[in-house]
Amino acid sequence: MSIFKQHKVFETNVFFLAVGILLCIIVGGLVEVVPLFSIESTIEKVQGVRPYSPLELAGRNIYIREGCYNCHSQMIRPFKDEVERYGHYSLAAESMYDHPFQWGSKRTGPDLARVGGKFTNEWQVRHLINPRDVVPGSIMPGYPHLKRSLDYGDIEAHLKALSVVGVPYTAEQITNAKKDMAEQVLSEAPDAAIAKRYPKARMGSAMGTDKVTEMDALVAYLQILGTMVDFTKVNPEAIRR
Amino acid sequence: MRNSGWIITLAAGALFTLVLSGLGQDALFRIHMGIITVALGLAAVVVMRRPDEARIPAGVVEADKAGYFDAPIRAGSILTVFWGVVGMLVGVVIALQLAWPDLNFGPYLNFGRLRPLHTSAVVFAFGGTALITTSFYVVQRTSRARLINDNLARFVFWGYQLFILMAATGYVLGSTQGREYAEPEWYTDIWLTIVWVAYLVLFMGTIIKRKEPHIYVANWFYLAFIVTIALLHVVNNLAFPASLLGSKSYSLFSGVQDALTQWWYGHNAVGFFLTAGFLGMMYYYLPKQAERPVYSYRLSIIHFWALIFLYIWAGPHHLHYTALPDWAQTLGATFSVMLWMPSWGGMINGLMTLSGAWDKLRTDPVMRFLVSSVAFYGMSTFEGPMMSIKAVNSLSHYTDWTIGHVHSGALGWVAFVSFGALYYLVPKLWGRKELYSLRLVGVHFWVATIGIVLYITSMWISGIMQGLMWRAYDTLGFLQYSFIETVEAMHPYYVIRALGGLLFVVGSLIMVYNIYKTIKGDVAEEALTPATSGAR
Repeated sequence: MSIFKQHKVFETNVFFLAVGILLCIIVGGLVEVVPLFSIESTIEKVQGVRPYSPLELAGRNIYIREGCYNCHSQMIRPFKDEVERYGHYSLAAESMYDHPFQWGSKRTGPDLARVGGKFTNEWQVRHLINPRDVVPGSIMPGYPHLKRSLDYGDIEAHLKALSVVGVPYTAEQITNAKKDMAEQVLSEAPDAAIAKRYPKARMGSAMGTDKVTEMDALVAYLQILGTMVDFTKVNPEAIRR
Repeated sequence: MRNSGWIITLAAGALFTLVLSGLGQDALFRIHMGIITVALGLAAVVVMRRPDEARIPAGVVEADKAGYFDAPIRAGSILTVFWGVVGMLVGVVIALQLAWPDLNFGPYLNFGRLRPLHTSAVVFAFGGTALITTSFYVVQRTSRARLINDNLARFVFWGYQLFILMAATGYVLGSTQGREYAEPEWYTDIWLTIVWVAYLVLFMGTIIKRKEPHIYVANWFYLAFIVTIALLHVVNNLAFPASLLGSKSYSLFSGVQDALTQWWYGHNAVGFFLTAGFLGMMYYYLPKQAERPVYSYRLSIIHFWALIFLYIWAGPHHLHYTALPDWAQTLGATFSVMLWMPSWGGMINGLMTLSGAWDKLRTDPVMRFLVSSVAFYGMSTFEGPMMSIKAVNSLSHYTDWTIGHVHSGALGWVAFVSFGALYYLVPKLWGRKELYSLRLVGVHFWVATIGIVLYITSMWISGIMQGLMWRAYDTLGFLQYSFIETVEAMHPYYVIRALGGLLFVVGSLIMVYNIYKTIKGDVAEEALTPATSGAR
C-alpha cells in the first residue's frame, strides 16, 4: 500500500515529523479560538458591565488566591432549575473584564455568578470566618485569616496592568485607585466620586472596623457579582445568539 | 573541584533569586523567591558533596556500560515514585477534607490551596517526571544513541524539578493564576518555557544522531507531547505582570476568549500530557515486557495522526451550555465523539500486542499493570466522548462524575502504565537481574485496583445523584432540594472515595518498598506459585 510507504518521510526525518505534528495540532485551535475574537455576537451588547473597583479587584485576587474557583462556578447555564436556583443565565458580557475568567468547572459549593446582594455583608463575614456557623451542613473551609488588613500599596500598578490587557480603566480611576480603595470601606456617606466611577459598588466596612481588611475586599467582590447588569431592562432578543 | 560549573551556576542562581527576594514588591514574591534561594543553595551543597565515581555501586557501573546516559533516569525513577506518593497523599488529604471539613488548616492547608497542589503534583510532578524519565530512556534505546549532551540532560531534568518546587510552594503560599492545571504564576511559567525548549532540543537532537534508520513509534508520541505542550503552555499563560518584581499577573485574554483558551489548554494537557506522552510509554514498555512486536504498524500510523489532529478540538466540551457560543460547543462535542476512534485504535494496538502472549497476564504481574492500564485507557476514552455529548454533559458537568472520570484515567491509565514502566526499568537501571519481589507487585496491583474501583464507583454515584438532585422538582413545581441538602447527601461517597484513594496510596507504598529492596540488590525468597513462576 503506497500511502503507508509515504509515511517513511516522517519516520526518517525528525523535522518533517515535528512540522507534521505542528500543522496537525494548529488547525483545531485556530478554527475554534480565533473567531471568538472576530465574531461580533460573541459578547452580548448589554448595559452596566464595568471594570471592578479597586476594592473589588483586590477581593477578586483573594478569591483566586484562596482557590475558591476549585469549588464554586460563576456560570449559570440556561436550564430551568439553574435559573430558578441562581438567577438569569450568565452572559459572556458579564465576564468581559475578567482577567482571568472564573467560570469554574465544579460545584462542590453553589454557583456564585449572582451571589451579589443575596446575603448581607454580616452574613458573608460570618460565613467566611466559619461557614458552619450559618450553614450547619457546609463543608467549606473557614477563612478567619482574612480579618488581617489588606496590603494595597501597589493597587495602581494592578489597574495599569489590567488596562494594558484591555480593561478600560480611565486615567482618573487609576490615579484615584488608592483613595477609592479606602473610601469604599471607610466612607460613612457614599462619596459621589466613587459612586460615579463605580456604579453599584457596595459601600461600607464589612468588618465594622476602621481599617481596610482582606475580608472587606472579598465581600465587596462577592456583593458585586452578577449585579452589574439590570435584567429588567434587557431585551431578550438583544442577548439571543 | 568536580562539577565546579554546576556549583557556580547553582550558587549564581541562588544569589539571583536572593536579590529578587530582596527587591520583591509583595510579601508573597519575597517569600517565594526566598524558598527558591534556599532550594538552589541546598542543591549547590549537594552537588559539592556528591560521592566520587569509586563509590558508585557495581550494578550501576555494569548497567552504564551500554554507553547511555542513565544518571537522570535513575534519579527520575526514584523521583517519579516520590512525587507519586506525595501527590496521591495530598489527594487523600483533600478527599478527607471534603468528608470532614474540620481537617482544613487554613490558610496554607485549606482545600482551595491543596487541590491545585494535588492536581499539579500528580499530573506535572508524578506524570511529568515519569514522562521525562522514560522518554530519556526510550529515545536512547530506540535510537541507539546517547543523549546529545549530558549537561543539557541534567539541566532539563533538574530544571523541571525546580519548576515543580516553584509551582508547589507557590500554591500553598497563594501564588496562583486561578487557571486550572495552569496555576503557576508568570515567573514560574517563564522558567518552565526555558526548560521545555531545552527538552525539545535534547529530544530532537538525540533522534537526529540515531543509528536506526526509522524513528520508533514511541518517539512520535513523545515528540507530539513535547511540541504540543510547548504551544499550549505559552499561549494559555500569556499574561501581563502587575510588576516585574511581583507575584501577580493578569491574563491577556478575558471572559469567554480566556475560557476557551484555558480549556483548549486544559483538555489538551489531558490529550498530550496524559495521553500522547503515556502512549509513547506504552509503545515501548508494553511490547518490551510482552516480548512481542507492536500489533499493527499501520494502525499506529493512523491512530497517531488522527489522535493528535482530533484531540486539539475537544476543549469546548468543558464549556457546554456556558456563555461560549453554541457553534464552538457543538464543534468541540463533535470532535470529542470522533476522538473515541483513534483512542481505541491505540487501545487495540496495545492489547493485541499480547496476541500469543496472553498467558503472561497469569504469570507476570508487571504485565498485569501494563495491560490493565490500556484497558482503563479504553474505558475512560469511551466515557469521555460520552460525557462530551451535550445532553449527558448537562447532567454530569459541575459534578463528581467528572472527578471520577478523570481518576479512572489518571489512576487506571497514567499511574498503572507508569508503575509497569518503573517495575521494568528499576532492575535494569541498577544492574539487577530481577525485582525484589514479584509477589509484592501482585499485591500492589490488587490493592490499587480495588482502590480505583471504590474511587470511580463512588464518584459515579455521587456525581449522578447530585446532578439529578439539582434538577429535581417536587409535585408543586418547586425545586425539591436546597443546595446544602445535595452537599450533605455526598458525605458517604466522599468517605468511600477517600478510602479508595488511601488503598491506592498503600499500593504505591508497597511499590516504594519493593523498589528500595530491588535497588539494594535483595531478592525475596518466594515460593514459586503459578502467579510468579512464569516470569522467573
